[in-house]
This record gives sequence, C-alpha cells and structure tokens, in this order.
Amino acid sequence: MNSALTGTRDLVKLALRRDRIMLPAWIYVIVIGVTSTAYTFGKLYKTPSSRVALVASGESNPALLFLYGRLNGTSVGALTAWRYGVWAALFAVLMTAFIVIRHTRADEEAGRLELIGSARVGRQAPLVAALLVAALANLLLTVLLCVVLPFVGLPAAGSVALALAIGTSGLAFTGISAVAAQLTSGARAARGIVFGVLGLAFLARAIGDSAGVSGPSWLTWALPLGWTEMLRPFGGERWWVLALPLAVFAAGTWLAFALAARRDHGAGLVPDRPGRPEASAALRGPRSLAWRLQWTSLAGWAAGYAFIFAVCGAAAQGIGQLFGTSSALEKEFTRLGGQSAIVNAYLAALMLLAGLIAAAFGVSAVLRLRAEETAGRADPILSGVPGRIRWGFSHLLVAIAGTAALLAIAGVATGLGYGLRAGGTVTIGGEVLRMLGAGLAELPAALVIAGIAAAAFGLLPEACVGVGWTVLGLVVAINIFGQSLQLSHWVLDISPFTHVPRLPGGTFTAQPLLWLSMAALALGALGLAALRRRDIA
Amino acid sequence: MANAIEASGLRKQFGSTRALDGLDLTVRDGEVHAFLGPNGAGKTTTIRILLGLLRKDGGNVTLLGADPWKDATTLHSRLAYVPGDVTLWPGLTGGEIIDLLARLRGGTGDPKRRQQLIERFDLDPTKKARAYSKGNRQKVALVAALASDAELLVLDEPTAGLDPLMEATFRECVNAERHDGRTVLLSSHILAEAEALADRVTIIRAGRTVETGTLADLRHLTRTTIDAELAGPLSLDGMPGIHDAVLDGARLRCEVDNAALTEVLRALSAAGVRTLTCRPPTLEELFLRHYSERSVAAGQR
Repeated sequence: MNSALTGTRDLVKLALRRDRIMLPAWIYVIVIGVTSTAYTFGKLYKTPSSRVALVASGESNPALLFLYGRLNGTSVGALTAWRYGVWAALFAVLMTAFIVIRHTRADEEAGRLELIGSARVGRQAPLVAALLVAALANLLLTVLLCVVLPFVGLPAAGSVALALAIGTSGLAFTGISAVAAQLTSGARAARGIVFGVLGLAFLARAIGDSAGVSGPSWLTWALPLGWTEMLRPFGGERWWVLALPLAVFAAGTWLAFALAARRDHGAGLVPDRPGRPEASAALRGPRSLAWRLQWTSLAGWAAGYAFIFAVCGAAAQGIGQLFGTSSALEKEFTRLGGQSAIVNAYLAALMLLAGLIAAAFGVSAVLRLRAEETAGRADPILSGVPGRIRWGFSHLLVAIAGTAALLAIAGVATGLGYGLRAGGTVTIGGEVLRMLGAGLAELPAALVIAGIAAAAFGLLPEACVGVGWTVLGLVVAINIFGQSLQLSHWVLDISPFTHVPRLPGGTFTAQPLLWLSMAALALGALGLAALRRRDIA
Repeated sequence: MANAIEASGLRKQFGSTRALDGLDLTVRDGEVHAFLGPNGAGKTTTIRILLGLLRKDGGNVTLLGADPWKDATTLHSRLAYVPGDVTLWPGLTGGEIIDLLARLRGGTGDPKRRQQLIERFDLDPTKKARAYSKGNRQKVALVAALASDAELLVLDEPTAGLDPLMEATFRECVNAERHDGRTVLLSSHILAEAEALADRVTIIRAGRTVETGTLADLRHLTRTTIDAELAGPLSLDGMPGIHDAVLDGARLRCEVDNAALTEVLRALSAAGVRTLTCRPPTLEELFLRHYSERSVAAGQR
C-alpha cells in the first residue's frame, strides 16, 4: 500500500464508529421523506387528469418552480422527484458536509489529527478516510432509495435515476467540502463556506427554473443542485448528466489534496492576523462576550435570510395564476398555509418556513452554552463575579434577540420582494408592514423550541444537545410533512407552530401567541433555575 | 480571620465514582499552601467545590469565611483562579482575554502591572488564542490572575505547560505575592515546586487527606535516609525501625524511622564508620511512599 495512505482502513473504521448513530439517522430521514412523499402522491393524485392539471399549473407558475424545481412529466414518480428531489439532495449535501468537515478540519482544529498523524498513519490517510466515509454514506443512501422506491409503485429506471440524482449531489459536495476544509483554520468557518455554496446552488437553481424563456435559465445548469432535475428522473432520463456531479467530486478531491500538500498542519490558506492587544471597553461581561462569540454566525444567518426571503417574496407574484387550475393543488396549499387567497397561503407558508429555520438558530445559540461548558470556558466566567444566571441568560438573550431579528428580516425582505414586483393595488410599505407582523407572529413558537433546549441544558446537561435538535427535527417534520401524511390532530398540535395564526390571510388572535410566549419564558426560567442548582461539567 | 480555606470531611460522588471521601484542607491567611496528590486524587474536584462550580455531597467548607456555593458571587470578586487545563475563546486575542477576565472579576486591573507581567512572561497579547500553545494559554490565565488584586489565588497545576525559565519567573511572582500578604493555594504534582514555594503542604490520595503540615512537620513523620561506609562488620538483625536496608560489602544504605535513629547510629559507630551521610527525605520520597502504600494496599485487596 502507498505509505501516504497507511492506516486509512483503521481511520474509516474509527469514523464509522463515531458516526454510528448520526449516519443511519440522516439516511433514514432522507429515505423515509422521499418514500412517504411518493406514497402520499400516489394516493393524493390518483387519476392522470388530476396530475395533468397539477403539472399544467406547475410549469407555468414561477413560485412553484422556484421552491421545488422543474417538472419532468405527469407520473407519480415525476411529481415526487419534483416536490422532494431537490430537497432530498439538499439534505444529502448537509449530511455530507457534516461528515467531511467533522473528520478533517474539526479534528485538526481540536488537535486530534495531530495525535493520529503521529501514529503509523499516512499523510493523506485522514482526508482519504473522510472522503471514503462520505462516499460510502451517499452510496448507501442511493442503494436504499433504489431498493425502496419501486416498492411504493415507482418505475425502476426513474427510481434509480432519482436515487442517483440525490446520491451524486452528496458526492459533488463531498469534493466541495473537502476543499472548504483546507481553506480555513476553523471548522465552523469551513462549514459556513459549504453552506454558502449550497445556498448559492439552491438560488441559482431556483432563479434559473423560474426565469422563463427569456430569463437566465442556464443558471439551473450552473451548480450541483440543478442537475438533479436536469437528469430528468421519471421523465426520459438523461443519464449523461450524472457525469457533472462526478466531475465536481473528482475535481474537488484533486484540489483538496493539492491544497493539503501545500499547507501546514493546523493552518488554513489565510493566516491569522494579529488582533488587538487590549480588550475594547465594550467587552466587559458575559453579555458582551456572548454577543462577541455569536455575532458573526448571526450576521451570516441574517444575510442569508435577507437574500432568500427577498427572492421568495418576489416569486409570490406569479402564484395567483395557479388559482382555479387545480383543485387538488389548491387544497394542498390551503392545508399548508391559510384559508383565503393562494398568495397569502404561499406567503404564510414562507413565514412558517422562516419560523422553523429561525428556531434552528435559537437552538444553536442556546446550545452554545453547553459547548462553552464542556470546553471548560464557562469556568473562567463562573469563577468571576457574574453568577450562573447572568452567564446563562447572556446566551439566551442572543437566542431571543437573534431569532427575533431573523424573523423581522424574513418579514421585511419578503414584503419588499413581493411589494416591488406586485404593483397594482399592492403598496410596498403596506406589504413590508404586513409581512413584518406575520414574521414576528412566528417568534413565540420559535422561542418555545429554543426554550426547550434551554430547559434541557439546565435539567439534562448531558443530553441537551440531542434533546434540542431532536425536538426541532420532530417539529419540522410535523409541520412540513404532517399534513401531507395526514397525521391526526393531536400529533399536529404537539408543534407550537401549529398554534400560530397563519399570517397573512388568517385571522389574527393574540391568545395563542400569549400562551406560547409564556411557555417559552417558563421553559427558559426553568433552565436557568436548574442551572443554578447543578454541577458544572 | 485566621484561615482562608477550611474544609473538613468533604465528600463528592460522581455516579459510582467516589471523587472525594472525607477530605480535609486548611489554608491559613497569607500562606502559600501546596495541595499535592497524584493524578485523579481529587485536587481539581476540591478546587471546583471551593469555586462553587460543584456542589459538595457532604462535609463542611468555608472560603474566606463564607460558603463557596451560596456566596459564590461575592467570594469571586476576592479570588483569582487559574485552571489546570486552560481553554480560551479561540477568536479572542490573549490581551482581550486578560482584560475580559479582569473585568469578570469585577476589578479594573492595574495596566502597569499587566504590562509588566506580559513582558516578564514573554507573552504576545495580539495573538489569537487559537494560535497559542498550551504554555502560552497558561501564561494568559496566569497574567490575568497575577495582575488582579484578589486576596486569594487558586492555581491548579499552574506550571504544567511552562518551560523551566517561565517556571522560575512564576516562582518569583508567587514569592512576591506572599510578600504582599496574599494567600495562594497551589495544586501540583510537581514536588520541586511545592518544596521551593510552599509554607505548608497537604497531601491527598484517593479523595482523602493523608498528610498535612509544614515540610518540617511532615519530615517528622518520615524516615531518614542513611548512606554509610563501614570499617567493620555490622549486624542489624532484629533492630526495629530499619527499612529497605542494603548491605553491599562495606556499604550500607537504609531508611530509618526517626525514633530509631539513636539505636542505629550507636550500632554504626560500634562497627566503625568511614563516611556517613544522613539526609531528610525529599518530597519525592514522601510522595513515593504514599504511592507505594496505595499500590501495596491495592495488591493485597
């Protein structure tokens, strides 16, 4: 064996052992998501005519094309690929990014790779092992989808194409993540680069799809996610498109190895600049420290929110054309959103999405407390004058203010995007205000999720990271898939977002928002009270 | 108030592991107290209880006359702490962290003193913490603690990452603190450090205090090592208080309980002595005794 690769097999085994829960969970969620969608569509749109009506409206409507991508036929399979193909690919990419960064840059930053590198392990073995594990995960995902999809009644060729479209998207981002891991000295920043590329890929695909004949429809071809549609699963497969993500994987891998050979262990391509020798007057306590530690991440989120929701808001304008062409689709939209106009339902669905994603920020901001604690960075603060309540509250405050800011941005950006394009009786100022209110109405529900993470941090510190993200995952699943899976009411009622009035369009009632706010407050207080009584790790 | 720290019968359990099992620790005002024990003996657990980070399961503890759990906040403005494993915020510079720690302690810090210490410890305050070595992270925490005006310094293995030169600097600083009347609790397994610095010593093992006192006190409890070259034959058979005796031709090496010294010296002079060295045990030897007793006890179990 090449000496640079010595030990790869052991490192792969180590990585698989470390990921033994996370990997199957990701793969399970993606496979179940796609399969259940295929199954539901098979039941929801039984007759070819109902599917034709849906297709006709889908192709002409930029908003749908924006969210879900281009439609390649009228079969149940084509509908499934249209509705969740791109999104499943997106999840596969997230999984891949976590795997690759975790076993390369994150280990390097923590100093674990140094220990490994001092053993009988080749220079390139850690990167090769990370790539192998990521490729293996995507392969497993592809094979499982290939096997399961025909079971719910989809044609074999299309199933294979859809499975490959999803798996190769992950593979393409395996290469991209490997490059990102070489660029920065911190794992957080490396993950940020991958997510940035992913966001760009999604938007390029979305803009390309909704551009129409005269617009820049070539954008769909420009970046990985668009290729999942261009492969045309269930719609006359174009197999050669698979060469594109494979080429990205190959090029990314090559570039990553070339970069790795040119840099020092532990270093990124950009060296650290010296910083200020003294703290500014502003950095004076737990609150300013929490802000200092989290503001860069919040700024990234805010920029992403502003961009994505402005574009999504602008896409709302074409959604009115859909009305009347498909009763099945209308029903679907009414289920997801509110009860009045389709546009309002679409905008309300956007705000629900904004709320769910903002809750993710809230959870991550709260769980930062646990990360600080286990890293031993809570000790210097807690052995100072500020007590535990002040320290805990400092990060909860970032969670509250950050979530509120993100939802306000989502509302304003959606309102601006829609108002600018709509014209007619719609005024920009009116839309901005209306959507700002709609966005902020999601805040109490989002904070309930963050509050659960805070309570878990106080009561079950060892399990709080798992609890926080699992609760969020369940809530997202309930609100995104619950309706189309026709879950019973009490299951839907578990999610705080179910109780938020669907705005705009729905009737505004303050009562549920008050209850949710009080619940969030109580959960946060419970977490802080428990933090006061327990041992610090 | 005569004692900065008073702990008795301190107990702490983590799951099924008993970390502290009736530990006693008394640190007098204005002294440098070394807190010694092998890895895992419970030094850091004790310190974390003193800082109010952990809650004791049993026993009594007062710190500067107050309860470390209940009165944590007021107490913390009067003490400075250097953890054994210093982790810092990777994106902040050393200088920023020194100032932040001073402000977290409620003090403003003396800028002149801060500058002096940074120079003495040869620290670059503009570097991000991510780029610091273990020793340099240690220096950041030490400078922050030494620059403070705290009455009590709690230092958990403070020299673990320092080079010998910096260790010497550290010792000078601690001696200066003693002259200023500050109390220092210094946990360590580096015995030379305790010998060089400490007024009094507490040795713990497996969560329990095994010895406490000045170094002179502890030597009372221990043996004297004797190396001798003899002129004639010697019989030590049946003499009490002699340990590990090795008689190699004319050379004798043994350890003697201090109570038995007179008898042994009488026997030696009867045999005739050419050269003789008697020396008190180093702390290393004290320490080894506790190690070996534990391993013997473990072996018998």
